[in-house]
Amino acid sequence: MNIVSDKTIICRCEDLSVEEIREWIEQGYEDIEELKRAARIGMGACQGRTCRRHLINELARATGKKPAQIVPPTFRPPTMPLKFGSVTGGGSDD
Amino acid sequence: MIKSADVVVIGAGSIGCAAAYNLARLGYKKIAVLEKGYICRGSTGRCAAGIRQQWGTKMNCLISRYSIRQFEVMNEMLEYDGDVEFRQNGYLMVTYSEKEAAMLKENLKLHNELGIPVQFLSVDDVKEIVPHINSERIVASTICMEDGQANPFKVTDAYYRAAKRLGVEFYTYTEVTDFKTKGQRIEAVVTDKGEIATNLVVNATGPYAKFISQMLGHDLPVEPERHQIVVTEPLEPFLGPLLMNFYHNTYCQQVVNGSILTGYGNPEEPKGVNYNCSWQFIEELAEKIVEQLPVMRDANIIRHWSGHYGISPDGQPVLGTVPGLEGYYLALGCGKGFMLSPMIGELVAQCVAGQETTLPIDILNVERFAKGELIVEPAVV
Repeated sequence: MNIVSDKTIICRCEDLSVEEIREWIEQGYEDIEELKRAARIGMGACQGRTCRRHLINELARATGKKPAQIVPPTFRPPTMPLKFGSVTGGGSDD
Repeated sequence: MIKSADVVVIGAGSIGCAAAYNLARLGYKKIAVLEKGYICRGSTGRCAAGIRQQWGTKMNCLISRYSIRQFEVMNEMLEYDGDVEFRQNGYLMVTYSEKEAAMLKENLKLHNELGIPVQFLSVDDVKEIVPHINSERIVASTICMEDGQANPFKVTDAYYRAAKRLGVEFYTYTEVTDFKTKGQRIEAVVTDKGEIATNLVVNATGPYAKFISQMLGHDLPVEPERHQIVVTEPLEPFLGPLLMNFYHNTYCQQVVNGSILTGYGNPEEPKGVNYNCSWQFIEELAEKIVEQLPVMRDANIIRHWSGHYGISPDGQPVLGTVPGLEGYYLALGCGKGFMLSPMIGELVAQCVAGQETTLPIDILNVERFAKGELIVEPAVV
């Protein structure tokens, strides 16, 4: 059973559907780093933890490559969202 | 890959794409842009997105002034079907000491001479413009409401697409490894994917420019220097202008999607290419930002990355020919490449074509470093 429709949201942080991502790929953005910058996929608070795998699958399907051949984007710190106040002296988290 | 080109542009950041577009408009037919990564991988895609005219040297002011005129009409000029997100929310410059205030006043004289609409603000004015600011230590501030921001990815994409429509060929993941020369003349660019015969080369590689020059035996005194930056989760709009603080050496701005982009320049940063992020940076930045905008205490940082400035000895761009090398042109913004890219692209293309340039650029030739004719830009963060 295919539970993914065109309208399925693939990136929840930036509110992007499967359909939208396919359109970007069709326009020639076949590199995750480029897609990130053009469509903002994976740029939200979760840093791509939800969408990355789906995006790799979509790219693999579109380009005929194996998912393992799709280069993932750079992983950037912090691992979890970090409040400015949590690293200042006398902050609200002290 | 094509075998020969009229011009080869190295680097597909905002300047490389703008230069290629302008060269195509001037009638060059075979233009190849070589990029060692993907479009916008380097400094453009890592920058803070700010665009300002409030500089301390005449050339920085003029190039940014003319560039802003192009940002204002960029969507139409480049027939872009998206939006480059140019917003003129202003740059608010804040100082905490008399010495820094004197620099602002000096710069203000220059801005008045050049017709750049910069205003001196009282502390009450500042509080009205940014109600959340901690104004306790402010000595002097200026604002220019024509300054602002644009989306670096979109600006580069707009130039990239416009250039492609004019027939420019882009080769990504293609790294320049060497040149072939005959006497002082360039004959070919050698890459890891093959060779392109050409007599004209534009170096638009920002902080990597030095390494390209080295391949030609040219010693270019523009050094890569790491700058770190963070972005927060999107927040309700609360910060109108970009806030630049010369005491803390920080900038802080809210971009179109609501996120805050903020960072500071570390005067101790060693020269060299370094893409690592340090935890010390987050701690120091947090102190500096929360002191200025206490409300930022509760903002979540979601991403932290590094990019580079190409540091020139006087903080001004390096444009035009290189003595002793025929057909080699430098197109370097030197720490402000993104915001100057529309004009640097235009000026360098005119220079390559042997046309009169819109602004006089002789003063920005690389020769000035050997001659010691430096006019140092004071207002850098």
